[in-house]
Amino acid sequence: MTDFHVDVIKSADYAVLRSHGYINNLGGEKIAEECYRMMDQSINRFIVNLDGSKVVNSIGISILIEIIEKVMEKQGRLAFSNLTPTIAKTFRIMGLLQYAELFEDESAAARIFQTG
Amino acid sequence: MDVFLTVPMIPDMELAVSKTADALSDYTTLTPDQIDEIKQALIEACINSMEHSKSADRRIFMHFAVFDERIQVQVSDHGVGFDVSRVETPRIEDKIGRKTRKRGWGLKLISHYMDEVSIQSGTTGTSITMTKRFKVRGKDSNHD
Repeated sequence: MTDFHVDVIKSADYAVLRSHGYINNLGGEKIAEECYRMMDQSINRFIVNLDGSKVVNSIGISILIEIIEKVMEKQGRLAFSNLTPTIAKTFRIMGLLQYAELFEDESAAARIFQTG
Repeated sequence: MDVFLTVPMIPDMELAVSKTADALSDYTTLTPDQIDEIKQALIEACINSMEHSKSADRRIFMHFAVFDERIQVQVSDHGVGFDVSRVETPRIEDKIGRKTRKRGWGLKLISHYMDEVSIQSGTTGTSITMTKRFKVRGKDSNHD
């Protein structure tokens, strides 16, 4: 089994999740668990930095879709950053970027989140 | 060049399979992004077998073949098969905001990432053959 972990950095009204490792079902569930934990603390805006995740599978991404759905229910905001070209393409093919934002890097996403 | 690989259906074995694509790419002119796309397609093909085949031997059989201008990978299992004609193309609009399962993207991703895909499936198993083309080495060279 691959190691997977998520670092969570909480700001005033948003959270940054930095994933490390393969985003399969277990990786996706770990990201979801951290997002839902933040939602319980009324944080509904997320930047998911995938710099440490160079491989994904569609089961893991399906769990990311569930997170996007929950964020939408809470009228929150979710952005992805630091995607490899293939992961970005995968997200486009699956349509995630119709519902979530994409930034080149975490600081670009943070700048936007801090102003809105 | 042909490489044959058999792997057990155990968690994360798809990552080991994808490394074979990495190794073979040294013998092609595939770009790093094209290699990543093949790896993604392989991961999806493997997890489809693991998730849906109900194979008794719990094994995935792979045949990698590298030609001058293409790489072809056949991923097979000895599972129960499925009706290819009944596979629906997933759309996120049908999945988000509805109480439907979010999964079922594997074949769509494979089709996007590979140039040719064919699936043979029956009661004795499924075989998916995927081809990615690449530039023939030296073909566009202006040197005489």
